[in-house]
Amino acid sequence: MRKVYKGIAVSSGVVIGRALVLPDQEMLVIKKVVSEDKITEEVIRFNAALEKTRVEIKAMHSKVKKEIGGKHSNIFEAHLMILGDPMLTTDVEKHIKSEKLSAESVFSRSVNNLVESFEKIEDEYLKERANDVRDIGRRVFKNLTGSTRETLADIKEEVILFARDLSPSDTVTMKREKVKGFCTDLGGKTSHTAIIARALEIPAVVGVQNISQNVSDGDLVVVDGSLGVIIVNPNEEDLKHYNRKREDLIKQNAKLSKLRELPAETLDGYKIELSANIEIEDEAKLVVKHGAIGVGLFRTEFLFLNRLDLPNEEEQFASYFRAAEFLYPNSVIIRTLDLGGDKFLSHLGLSKEENPFLGLRAIRLCLARPELFKPQLRAILRASELKNVKIMFPMISGIEEFLKAKEMLEQAKNDLRKEKKSFDNEIDLGVMIEIPSASLTADILAKEVDFFSIGSNDLIQYTLAIDRVNTNMAHMYNPLHPSILRQLKRIVTSAHKEGKWVGMCGEMASDTAFSALLIGLGIDELSTAPVAVPEVKKVLRSITMSEAKKIAAEALSFRTLDEVKLYMNTVNKGSCKYCK
Amino acid sequence: MAEIEVEIKNRLGLHLRAAATLVKITALFKSDIFLKKDEDEVNGKSIMGIMTLAAAQGTKIIIKAVGVDEKEALEKIKEIVDNKFGEGQ
Repeated sequence: MRKVYKGIAVSSGVVIGRALVLPDQEMLVIKKVVSEDKITEEVIRFNAALEKTRVEIKAMHSKVKKEIGGKHSNIFEAHLMILGDPMLTTDVEKHIKSEKLSAESVFSRSVNNLVESFEKIEDEYLKERANDVRDIGRRVFKNLTGSTRETLADIKEEVILFARDLSPSDTVTMKREKVKGFCTDLGGKTSHTAIIARALEIPAVVGVQNISQNVSDGDLVVVDGSLGVIIVNPNEEDLKHYNRKREDLIKQNAKLSKLRELPAETLDGYKIELSANIEIEDEAKLVVKHGAIGVGLFRTEFLFLNRLDLPNEEEQFASYFRAAEFLYPNSVIIRTLDLGGDKFLSHLGLSKEENPFLGLRAIRLCLARPELFKPQLRAILRASELKNVKIMFPMISGIEEFLKAKEMLEQAKNDLRKEKKSFDNEIDLGVMIEIPSASLTADILAKEVDFFSIGSNDLIQYTLAIDRVNTNMAHMYNPLHPSILRQLKRIVTSAHKEGKWVGMCGEMASDTAFSALLIGLGIDELSTAPVAVPEVKKVLRSITMSEAKKIAAEALSFRTLDEVKLYMNTVNKGSCKYCK
Repeated sequence: MAEIEVEIKNRLGLHLRAAATLVKITALFKSDIFLKKDEDEVNGKSIMGIMTLAAAQGTKIIIKAVGVDEKEALEKIKEIVDNKFGEGQ
């Protein structure tokens, strides 16, 4: 029967195919008593399953390390640690003997108890460990019961993957060329599945309640990763509609890919630096594929997620250097850690904050924790050896913070010099302008930095005091507010006066309705999601700088947001989502 | 059986690093060791178990040891807890 589901669209595109459902291997606690004489056998069987799992994880670890690199493989070290924990090993053995229960009974109970205790914890970081324990539990359980769950590594036919959630070991081991789409019960825009899907450029919809239980292996499904729609058992009409949409997308992509080699240049010959935002170094390929010039924002948070420890300097260096090397001679702007107060890094012992967006995050956190910041600065510096890397500090609120960060960078440079390690001594230093206090003092900052990059999402949020994920207030979040346009103008003027350039890497830069306005305001570089590059390029190539300047001047002349919206709606002939 | 009460004094509480340090110590002893916070009791040789206690700074924890070297074990554990797991703060 045809059924339509709605979820969060996290990776665009349309795919029609057969479902492969990863069974949710919640282990059922079945109490199975074993007779006295079978107990030794039970213990041996259990230890054999542990050993087999250990061997599997180690093999996966070295395979992944070889094929993909150290970053993705770290999770396995954590898994080995969990696997060796007495709560899942010797304790289980003891209980098999004392309660005369089967290995499955005791082990599944132990895993479930442990998962439950982790889930109860308020601390976000510790809570996430529940997934690791569950992941390990499933592996051991599989080896115990000998159940033949189809392993992701040898999927034979093209499939769309359905699961409650995809773990890092799932996405790392799966046969990538056979997986054409993702769909999960859990997750959000920034979850592991979402990031991987975008890097692989396959459509994905997450946060679809119970979808994995409502789909069966082999079901025909449509996944629309742009609208967040899933249709199970589509009818003729759906298939027609989506086949057409798919073909349109393919045609459109083919057309846009012709733009790849063409410069982002206006009709009257003004060149705009058009670059892309990436989250993992694998995405460097996409930057080239979509015709961007380098990376305008390399977010570095991914490396720090889904793991028990902190990534060391070597690991960070490998990631940054690979991206820089791949894109050479184009530049890669690496942004230092932008982690929020209550998320991800609570294993650093950060206390819970009432207002994490106004709390200890990004550069504030890094300055407060040199043990976190130093290795990253050293890694970025070492990755700058080819002289195509730039550093950018996030959440700078004023000149003091920048100077402090710069001082730490200088220390790192000195240390590297002593160690005779090479790096780019002239490395460019920029700041993100995303706090109004930075934007208001842009003239002061401009004297010290090499470039600005405007983080429009936060700048808008902090200026308008609007939380854009708050459903009551989101309608008031608007990049066209006169206060924002004035700030942009001011930032650009301050920078240009000192001969510095200004980029923008927030979502505003990816929205083609704003391209003319932004370059008209004098913004020199736009950094967008890789998929948005061709569209933006197309728009830039269809306008003249003198038109763009007129648009900017006109937009700046209005008193109210409504007037700006009305005007921009006319300019964009109705296709402007913020003008409605 | 021997038992003592200790207070977690380091700023980060019984987080990953402290739990790992503690386990390195408890593993040296033959005795079974348990940590108890309120109603929750966990195996003192298990990092996972210790982490699930989510014991923040200031939490009081009862440590129990059962075995031939129970006294020495408790002494050593108290020392490392009081020493803030060598974290210095």
